[in-house]
Amino acid sequence: MNNLSKSKLHGLWALTNRELKKWYKAPTVFILTLIQPVIWLGLLGNALNISSLVSSSSITLPADLMSQFTPTQLGALSEFFSNIGDTVMQGTFGTTSYISFMAVGMIAFTALFTTMFSGMSVVWDRRLGFLNKALSTPVSRAVIILSKVLSATLRSMFQASIILVIAVPLGFQFGAAFTPLNILGVFAFLFLICMGLSSLFIAINIRSTRIETPMAVMNLLNLPLTFASSAFFPIEQMPSWLQAVATVNPLSYTMNGMRQLLINSSINYSDLAVQYAYVGIFAAVLTAVGIVLSWRFLNK
Amino acid sequence: MSENAIKAEGLTKVFNGSLVAVDHIDFSVKNGEIFGFLGPNGAGKTTTINMLITVLKPTEGKAAILGYDIAKQNTQVRYSIGVVPQEYTADEDLTGYENILLCADLYGISRKVSTRRAADLLELVELTTFKDKKVQTYSGGMRRRLELACGLINRPKVLFLDEPTLGLDVQTRAATWNYIKMLKKEFGMTLFMTTHYLEEADALCDRIAIIDHGKIIVVGTPTELKDSLGGDIITVAIKKDVDITGLVEKIEHVKQVKKENGSYVIKSANGEITAPLIIEALRKEGHLVTRLSLTKPTLNEVYLQYTGKSMRDAEDSGDSLHAKRMIMARRRH
Repeated sequence: MNNLSKSKLHGLWALTNRELKKWYKAPTVFILTLIQPVIWLGLLGNALNISSLVSSSSITLPADLMSQFTPTQLGALSEFFSNIGDTVMQGTFGTTSYISFMAVGMIAFTALFTTMFSGMSVVWDRRLGFLNKALSTPVSRAVIILSKVLSATLRSMFQASIILVIAVPLGFQFGAAFTPLNILGVFAFLFLICMGLSSLFIAINIRSTRIETPMAVMNLLNLPLTFASSAFFPIEQMPSWLQAVATVNPLSYTMNGMRQLLINSSINYSDLAVQYAYVGIFAAVLTAVGIVLSWRFLNK
Repeated sequence: MSENAIKAEGLTKVFNGSLVAVDHIDFSVKNGEIFGFLGPNGAGKTTTINMLITVLKPTEGKAAILGYDIAKQNTQVRYSIGVVPQEYTADEDLTGYENILLCADLYGISRKVSTRRAADLLELVELTTFKDKKVQTYSGGMRRRLELACGLINRPKVLFLDEPTLGLDVQTRAATWNYIKMLKKEFGMTLFMTTHYLEEADALCDRIAIIDHGKIIVVGTPTELKDSLGGDIITVAIKKDVDITGLVEKIEHVKQVKKENGSYVIKSANGEITAPLIIEALRKEGHLVTRLSLTKPTLNEVYLQYTGKSMRDAEDSGDSLHAKRMIMARRRH
């Protein structure tokens, strides 16, 4: 039994890699999961562009009003009016381009969507008997769950990055505060939120033996989690009941944090610290819950 | 190390406080033997295996594998055993080779060792030429062989096979039997298998336990169990309708005579020797033997004797068992 002294984490990468292999060996599924956020981006971000709604190009001053100003005053006034759209956008969304605002929402949405599938893979493994086989090997129960969390996290981070890359030709504009280093900060946000979310969905499905359960959970949580967040609209503009949900939704913190790093003109570091802390605690608590549940419930 | 590879004492599993799947069973498996767990579907075979391989926690009682307690020393147990499950658990999207290496990683075997072992095992189960094909292209027999290879990757001292030939055609089943026999011969390992095929248990197992409704009914070698029935069965029919029971009972080796459907069912220790004696004795008395058959008892008769029903009947009345399983599956989540 000399190999008993092995690390408690052995098998973690093997199990994670198993899931990742299934994913990159089936590019169709991978491409399909990208289509939805891209459609959102194209439709809502580009076709129904909110920035064009608040533009002032249709505003002309009545002639009798214009005659009361000197040409210099008139010049200043028309400049004020032509900037009004950008000012409103900047004030409401923190950027003049709505598609940039929404693209960050879609990055987080992709993370949510991908992690939801991690719940399904637990059920599949149980149904197909793989879980039983893994449980009869010396691999730790926590590792079985962590490998699922980790693979979902890596997958989500990759897909979210693709969304960012696709958003650029669609009109995504980086903010004034953006430096390439901020990308690392974005990855940190994605890593934390994906850890938390995939732990959540795995914990929900850990006892389930039927594939319908995770599907129902996905349908139930998908829309509320997306719309009760700052994905499409700033929280401040929401009705108070929705605001209450959105302000506790960790996705909102993730999106707002990523917006600071990617599209805003300046970064408020104390806000950023709160955003990291909130998402970090969310991730830590749920991962811990997932591991505790795996100890309790993987063995019946 | 103890002489017993597996020892179970009062092992019990109750699901959800009411459904007794395994009911206080005691048995021991000696080192190096093939031990068969025989019983109809739903008898508690898989539940017993799942407890022994540390996947299910026993509700009551205890068991030890190679002296390691399945509850308290489960890590040591897991390192010492191999499992070939009832289902095909190999990942369909991966190749056979990748699947074996994955199993090796679950035991923390270094890549250097595992690549060599995987090559040997693929050779053993004759999958070397298909090792880089995805498992979804494999036939049922190939998958079963791959499961076997995966179960052997950690050089287990005790190998558990849960219904190793379930759903396989006759040829593949025979081939699987050969692999199992070879494993015992080459590696000298202890094998614990469940089956509901009587002929399989008869052909492979050194000792058999018959389990029904969660209880072990009888344990013994196939020969012992068959002998316990009272030997071979000779069925004789004569032309005239006279009672010959008393006459036959006096013949050497005959243990029991019963009249059934117009013919006589005779139990005897050495059927081959007794049969001519019976014909001889009857002819002397002027009775013309019209038909005679000699049957060696199979485990089917053993099963019938001990459970009061044939395996087939037990499976047919499986409706209730099926319902029981559905309840179990439903309650589990």
